[in-house]
Amino acid sequence: MMQPEDIKQMIEAGLPGARVSVTGDGHHFEAEVVAREFAGKGMLQRHQLVYRTLGTKMGNEIHALSLRTLAPDE
Amino acid sequence: MSIQDKIRQQLSSDKIVLYMKGTPQFPQCGFSAKAAQMLGACGAKFTSYDILSDPEMRQGLKEYSHWPTFPQLYVNGELVGGCDIMTELYQKGELQKLVTQAQG
Repeated sequence: MMQPEDIKQMIEAGLPGARVSVTGDGHHFEAEVVAREFAGKGMLQRHQLVYRTLGTKMGNEIHALSLRTLAPDE
Repeated sequence: MSIQDKIRQQLSSDKIVLYMKGTPQFPQCGFSAKAAQMLGACGAKFTSYDILSDPEMRQGLKEYSHWPTFPQLYVNGELVGGCDIMTELYQKGELQKLVTQAQG
């Protein structure tokens, strides 16, 4: 079963330099991600960037991941 | 007709489309239920599709939108997002604006 730590590492690997915090119960997770790649992007694109770092896990082992995505200056 | 064509056809024949788990009356997932409720609260007349009854559609949508989970809301053929983006838009009154413009 996925652990918050696993998700944190995958996001950090996919968005180098991002500050990531993840909590969750094994199926439903919440994550806050601060990354410079988000600057100037809308919510949808930001979430897609995070989902891309999780590959096939999203929608399978990870049933739900609610996201707070911020650029460094927000 | 390929799955991608079928999706394009569905998205071009209705202004507001919700792909969800189950139906608005019998949602099979809390997030899908919440998405349908928010649309109802905005007075949206929307078409919903149950992706649990169509695994091929479910996979096709993930590729079509690069969005791996459900529900997925589309307005005027454009992906708006999943449950948490809908919730944030709803709280800011922006989901209501989207619905009103689309149905205007």
